[in-house]
Amino acid sequence: MNQKHILTLFLLALALTACAQPTTAVVQPSPTSLPPTVTPAPTPTPRPLTVMTHDSFAVSESVVAAFEAQYNAKVQFLKAGDTGTALNKAILSKDAPLADVFYGVDNTFLSRALDEGIFEPYASPLVADIPAYLLLDSQFRALPVDYADVCLNYDKAYFTGTVTSTVTAPPQTLEDLLLPEYKGLLVVENPATSSPGLAFLLATIGHFGEEGYLDYWQGLVDNEVTVVNDWNTAYYTEFTRSGGTRPIVVSYNSSPVFELIYADPPVDEPPTAAIVSDETCFRQIELVGILKGTPRRDLAEKWVDFMLSIAFQEDMPLQMAVFPVNKKAQIGDQFIQFLAVPQMPAFIRPADIAEKRQAWIEDWTDVVLR
Amino acid sequence: MTEDQQHTTGDKRTTTSPRPHRLRFTGYVLRPTQYAALSLWLAPLSFLALFYFYPLASILGVSFARGEQGIAAPFIEALTSSSMRGVIGFTIGQAALSTMLTLLVGLPGAYLLARFDFRGKSLLQALTAIPFVMPTLVVAVGFNALLGPRGWLNLGLMDLFNLTAPPIRFANTLTAILVAHVFYNTTIVLRTVGDFWSHLDPRLGQAAQVLGANRWQTLWRITLPLLAPAIAAAALLVFIFDFTSFGVILVLGGPRFASLEVEIYNQAVGLFNLPLAAALSVIQLGCTLLLTVVYTRLARKLSRPLSQRPSAQTRRRLIGWRRRFAAAGIVALLLVLLVSPLAALAVRSVTSLDVDSNRQGSVPSGLTLAFYRELVVNPRQAVSYAPPSTAIAISLSYAAGTVALALALGLPAAWALARDSQSRLNRLLDPLLMLPLGTSAVTLGLGFIVGFGKPLMLFGERVDLRTSPVLVPLAHTLVAFPFVVRSLTPALRSIRPRLRQAAAVMGASPWQVARRIDLPLVGRAVIVAATFAFTISLGEFGATALITRPEYPTLSVMIYRLLSQPGALNYGQSLALSTILMLVCAAGMLAIERMRIAEIGEF
Repeated sequence: MNQKHILTLFLLALALTACAQPTTAVVQPSPTSLPPTVTPAPTPTPRPLTVMTHDSFAVSESVVAAFEAQYNAKVQFLKAGDTGTALNKAILSKDAPLADVFYGVDNTFLSRALDEGIFEPYASPLVADIPAYLLLDSQFRALPVDYADVCLNYDKAYFTGTVTSTVTAPPQTLEDLLLPEYKGLLVVENPATSSPGLAFLLATIGHFGEEGYLDYWQGLVDNEVTVVNDWNTAYYTEFTRSGGTRPIVVSYNSSPVFELIYADPPVDEPPTAAIVSDETCFRQIELVGILKGTPRRDLAEKWVDFMLSIAFQEDMPLQMAVFPVNKKAQIGDQFIQFLAVPQMPAFIRPADIAEKRQAWIEDWTDVVLR
Repeated sequence: MTEDQQHTTGDKRTTTSPRPHRLRFTGYVLRPTQYAALSLWLAPLSFLALFYFYPLASILGVSFARGEQGIAAPFIEALTSSSMRGVIGFTIGQAALSTMLTLLVGLPGAYLLARFDFRGKSLLQALTAIPFVMPTLVVAVGFNALLGPRGWLNLGLMDLFNLTAPPIRFANTLTAILVAHVFYNTTIVLRTVGDFWSHLDPRLGQAAQVLGANRWQTLWRITLPLLAPAIAAAALLVFIFDFTSFGVILVLGGPRFASLEVEIYNQAVGLFNLPLAAALSVIQLGCTLLLTVVYTRLARKLSRPLSQRPSAQTRRRLIGWRRRFAAAGIVALLLVLLVSPLAALAVRSVTSLDVDSNRQGSVPSGLTLAFYRELVVNPRQAVSYAPPSTAIAISLSYAAGTVALALALGLPAAWALARDSQSRLNRLLDPLLMLPLGTSAVTLGLGFIVGFGKPLMLFGERVDLRTSPVLVPLAHTLVAFPFVVRSLTPALRSIRPRLRQAAAVMGASPWQVARRIDLPLVGRAVIVAATFAFTISLGEFGATALITRPEYPTLSVMIYRLLSQPGALNYGQSLALSTILMLVCAAGMLAIERMRIAEIGEF
């Protein structure tokens, strides 16, 4: 082995990263939405605003730039791990806050955040545009920004009734999954380690009630359900779309649309579909709050307003696969055409989730994993 | 043999025999050598105190304070609940089993790499180091392509024997955990033991054979005892890694297995039961400390000064068909266990998959560079997007910082440990150095948040260390530092004291001794230490514990981001980026390997 080989490896790495470098210039034009005169007469140094969030956060550059220009601000994002880890960090730093705003606490963690008192109440004027059922905290300590529905997804091609499978219809309800024709077809995530896993467990509790959900899960075990720890393994290893053996998976109702947008090669319609019958899905609602003690309360309020405004709300679906809470926001054509929205997702109050989460997970573990 | 024994006793004698410039005092007055030792310890200990013990103590304090029934209650809960005891037992058991298997696979490889010259050796060394840096989620993809229900092996067997169901079940088994641990950690054995072995004088073994020992007797009675310090060091590192394993257990082990680290995460993050999480962290630390104390005792007994040989003189060419056959077998084993999952990943990153769910397996519909092309496109105009070249640059700068810092701190510490293994100070400090490796990443990450609450004033700037990118190489160094110390100490201890004494007698100052005697003799071990620091940083150990800044995305962060969204293109891109990470790792390893000729000189 000599320098030539090292050079070759470096060149190979470079070649792979740069094999389409010329197209970058074409694909990354400066955002056209901005007016040509970007900064009129440079005002004094922009005021910093720090937004703490989870790892899945994403937003378009142009959208943030518009906020920064309007309020002469510089927004710094901090990604603090998955939803639970990020929230823990916000709680443990409440005496010396890391940021001005925290976004990303969801309805399964909301009670923890409220109990620890990390937020300052703020009744944004935009609350008027949000459906009442999404306003989980009556004191407005945290305001809803988006929601996403955790639903069963299935691989359409599997249910066409060909050589290896004779099943021609996908299941429609939770009860259907107990039928013999769906034996060994379902993969779910562990509610102790995965947030869609917890959401699906909550959907079954919402539908069958606290007295019935464990019997249901015993039925799923008898019908050979597979459990994995994380969404990645379920979706990218076990699901038939990715070369696994399970044609039904717990994912999001938005997943089929993403299968369409990020298909390779391009396709005309999604290869998967979400099951959205009543009480088969669980709605995850994500919220934003102003962290107690911020020295920039006015700017933090502007940011919260901004997250609820149409510009940000309409940017979310493609960036984070979540949907607007603002009734006036529109979703893109692909979503209008292909997104299946559950009319009646299963519902459980955040306070109940906080109180019984541990017991539910432990009972579930005893039935399903032991 | 006799020569060797002489050195062993010779070493003990030197600690009591008067040296020319050592003044002997009794009582509480420190001897000059102890002042020297303290000054060596100054930097490493300050670093550990500030960035490890202080944040750890902070989070443990806060966590236990949240408990309503006193500090003992969570410990009682952890030790009396049968499920927690099960977790502790399983964690220790799987780590012991994984360590044994890793040694079994690694030692023959270390022998081959240490003793023989053959074509492609550097490449094999670089390739076997790559697993160390790979994110678990991606590795799971590689294993799945080979061993999954529709992996190549199962499909092949089904074709061959006309089976209707896949015969091999890999995912969510203990086997998967063990195989993955061997995959990840064999490189530790190859590097630590391999380096030591390459300097071992082959004449000792030859002498034994001349005296009538057969090959096995030579191995058992001569070679293995001489190698023992290096094997013990490697085994300790591998065990601690397996013991604190998180991703492998979670992703490949599945929901039926939980290690302590996984349980700490569940308690802290899922249930916000900080007192119990803290108690489990302390138990995990206690096990690490106990093990390390045993190791350091053992290491002092095992290590003996050896007459080292330049590795160029101990290496031979592979001659004879039997030897070549054995070598081919060892190489094949390493390739199958360590390289084939990586190769499967690389192949998938350039294959356009047309999954036909009704047929068995994925049908590759041709070669494509589409995923690589897509990497440089930012279709979503997202804030946190970075082209791969930027991510490579950021990953490499963190790695460079980690290598520099870990060596700057590790060299003096290892040197202090090796110079005077009898000193009470060293006996006390040695086991403490390993603790960062045995610490739960979740706990330490929360510790940074609690501990560094007050912003620092640096050069007139208010710096919040908790969110500063500077914390990244500092945190990586916490993991790299014990590796640096462990790979340097056996080499430094094996230097014959007579060489140092001779230099001192001739009037060399302690600094000159270090520079002219110690450094050249352990130059190779320094390289090994540097490669560890490099790969640890590139693999971002415990990075989930830190706060990431979207404007500084590393390769691993980008891979995780892509893997977290549905869609064939996202999946393909994550594999493409993983392949780039492999190439960067291999190139970096080869580049560090080359440095020895330029700077330290080969011994």
